Amino acid sequence: MSLRCPDLRFALVALGLACGAAQAAAAMPELRVCADPANLPYSQRDESGFENRIARLVAEDLGMRLSWFWQEQTRSFVRKTMGAGECDLFIGVPAGFDKVLRTRPYYRSTYVAVTRRGTPPFAGFEPGQLRARRFGVQLIGNDLAASPPGAALAQNGAVENVTGFLVYGDGPAGKRMVDAVAGGSIDVALVWGPQAGWFARRSAVPLELVPVQAPTGLAMPFEYAIAMGVRKGDTALRDRLDELLVRRKADIDAILDAYAVPQAPTPGPASIAGAQP
Amino acid sequence: MRMRSLCLYAVLAAASTGAIQGRAAAQLANDGEWPMAARDYASTRYSPLDQVTVSNVRSLKVAFTFDTGVNRGQEAAPLVVGSTMYVVAPFPNYLYALDLTKPGAPMKWKFEPNPDAKSQGVACCDLVNRGVAYADGRIFMNTLDGQSIAVDAATGKEVWRTKLGDIRKGETVTMAPLVVKDKVLVGNSGGELGVRGWLVALDTKTGKEAWRAWSTGPDSEVLIGPGFRPFYAAERGKDLGMKTWPGETWKIGGGNVWGWISYDPQADLIYYGTANPGPWNPEQRPGANKWTSGIFARSPRDGQARWFYQYSPHDLHDYDGVNENILLDIPFKGRQRKVLVHPDRNGYVYVMDRMNGQVLSAEPFVHITTTEGVDLSTGALKYNPQKQPRTGQTIREICPVSPGGKDWQPSAWSPRTQLLYIPHQNLCQDTETYDVSYIAGTPYVGVDNKMYAGPGGNRGLFTAWDVANGRKRWQIPERFPVWSGALATAGDLVFYGTMDGWFKAVDARNGTPLWQFKTGSGIIGQPIAYRGPDGKQYIAILSGVGGWAGAIVSGGLDARDGTAAAGFVNAMKDLPAYTGKGGTLYVFALP
Repeated sequence: MSLRCPDLRFALVALGLACGAAQAAAAMPELRVCADPANLPYSQRDESGFENRIARLVAEDLGMRLSWFWQEQTRSFVRKTMGAGECDLFIGVPAGFDKVLRTRPYYRSTYVAVTRRGTPPFAGFEPGQLRARRFGVQLIGNDLAASPPGAALAQNGAVENVTGFLVYGDGPAGKRMVDAVAGGSIDVALVWGPQAGWFARRSAVPLELVPVQAPTGLAMPFEYAIAMGVRKGDTALRDRLDELLVRRKADIDAILDAYAVPQAPTPGPASIAGAQP
Repeated sequence: MRMRSLCLYAVLAAASTGAIQGRAAAQLANDGEWPMAARDYASTRYSPLDQVTVSNVRSLKVAFTFDTGVNRGQEAAPLVVGSTMYVVAPFPNYLYALDLTKPGAPMKWKFEPNPDAKSQGVACCDLVNRGVAYADGRIFMNTLDGQSIAVDAATGKEVWRTKLGDIRKGETVTMAPLVVKDKVLVGNSGGELGVRGWLVALDTKTGKEAWRAWSTGPDSEVLIGPGFRPFYAAERGKDLGMKTWPGETWKIGGGNVWGWISYDPQADLIYYGTANPGPWNPEQRPGANKWTSGIFARSPRDGQARWFYQYSPHDLHDYDGVNENILLDIPFKGRQRKVLVHPDRNGYVYVMDRMNGQVLSAEPFVHITTTEGVDLSTGALKYNPQKQPRTGQTIREICPVSPGGKDWQPSAWSPRTQLLYIPHQNLCQDTETYDVSYIAGTPYVGVDNKMYAGPGGNRGLFTAWDVANGRKRWQIPERFPVWSGALATAGDLVFYGTMDGWFKAVDARNGTPLWQFKTGSGIIGQPIAYRGPDGKQYIAILSGVGGWAGAIVSGGLDARDGTAAAGFVNAMKDLPAYTGKGGTLYVFALP
């Protein structure tokens, strides 16, 4: 902490706070983070998720006292949390998510195919390749919204052999999907990367993970850059986070690696899905 | 109490409206009561009271008011049985009994069912409750978290409670139950979360489940057996509730039963609609997706289906089939028929033979671009491929919108004018894909619906529909969607409310505005008429804006987010300038 103090001097002085170990925790400004209480690998009430750990890093770096507001990340999450004034920060939102002000993206992942080791790998969305396997996709449950791989399967004629896993329900859909692959009730789970990485690592059955390419002609990307989100207009916090994300990149990457988050290569700015202008 | 209930059944069976039997109604002792949301089994919402008339309605004044204690969308119909009024509030679903014998109608009792707070997070469209039902000295109510409860009407004490749904899966209940003989009928909501639809019959005495009819799945679970005789070939075949879906998608296929149930005592059949298929994108669920977006006729005794007709096969636009079914015995196309009249979300008024499910006519009551009529020989809805939603494509001018030409808000029928009074919306929408959204840590490209006023520029219409001739007789434009129910009376008046808070009476014959009163909040409730213990006619309505259309006010949604409330906010941005939240009962009478 003391090593980091010089970097923070400007911010702390601006806040009228002293820098040093003697500083009373109660005097520290509060960093209020909204998160789902049961959505591993991202967040968990016992603070065991990677977003919990990144939040801890951010709070310590900024010399702020971390507090949590728990809310299931379902419909109206933003309105019930940041919209209701309950928090200042979301640790993870897509870089094109326009309900909040976003920082620079700090990781980028993709949908991946999870298969049992020893079974054929996912061979792409050629219609001829899709008939013989049983697929699982995340099912969003909002009117007319499909998960990107679900839309790709449907557009290539695979519907009979596709099982939908609702993102609402008992435990994360990613876990239910990976369990279904391990248990043999489906052959290929097309899962968003962070969930696939985490749950596949915990499977008793050896599994393989391969990033999936979106078929040409599909209007929705498979890769998404993830940023932090703050209240619209809160450019002060956003700017501090932008600076932190560059300076602490190695530490954040280490957390993501510890949670086996599959990282997609960062392309040029033009092709980042929904990136801010 | 037993006598009272028999008496009530006699009225219902005789249909004091004359609707079902088509004969003039005798003046019965309790023609001044309102024992269920639609007043009668035929769902007419017609009161035979005629004290308040076209010539004296201008003198109508507030008699008393009552605060429901909840400032959310008030969609319920108050009930009046004997000298007591029963009022149910939105979540947390307080139930009140008001003593009509005393000045100001003081509270007799209040029942607090204490539903699970988690249900607030999963309800799709505000935290509404559409009413309770009375029978056998009990009030039957549903709570948002999927419980059905019987309450002693005299004391307000709980008699039984049955948990019907699982809130963790997104299953909620918002509909008004219907009591038929010894069964209370309840259906579920939650199709957009993958909740599989059902209608349940509970024993009125014990709350024990008598039967459950699923809206998807094998015939054995849909309660389709040898007595199932649908009119059209498209509805015939084994296990269509599975075979018209890919794989096992029927297990989370929607078809919820959150609207209205009607009952024909002579035929001993109940009629109710099923909601849209879900939660898949249409491209992911090829097939007709039975038995969603259609109507069932069933025996109330064992739930066995008699016939089914699918208004919107393989629904593309969220056109639930749950709107009200009005049962009439009227001359139609030259002969006396037992018909069922249903103004659907897809924009057509269906007139059906309710004995066999044949569509006799389907005429548009709003501007329609999504379809080009109904083929009466096959029953098929003719979709316009130009307006079919496709991933990654912008489709403009989809009319009607997802909430339909009309939504849940129930029509009223007057046997005197032979007109159906339809409260509804006049909205179109553009559907485009937008950048990116995020639920439960899962990014995806969502669909962005933006609703706006249809032809004429007014977002609401109140239409008097000539059922026999399949055409509109008169129409009143309204600024906002008319999200309240309608009431017709023997005084040749029609009552309805507007989302900016006006409660209105118009001439049932020609739509001439005769009286209006500005309530404290927007009106999305169901007006009723009753005779008080003093012999006077009263008109009652709950005021308190909300529901899907009014969520921008009741849910405090951001007017800048046009896609909130599934795109409805875009069409309702100015509502907060006209009304705030509320939750008040208003009761009117002549001085």
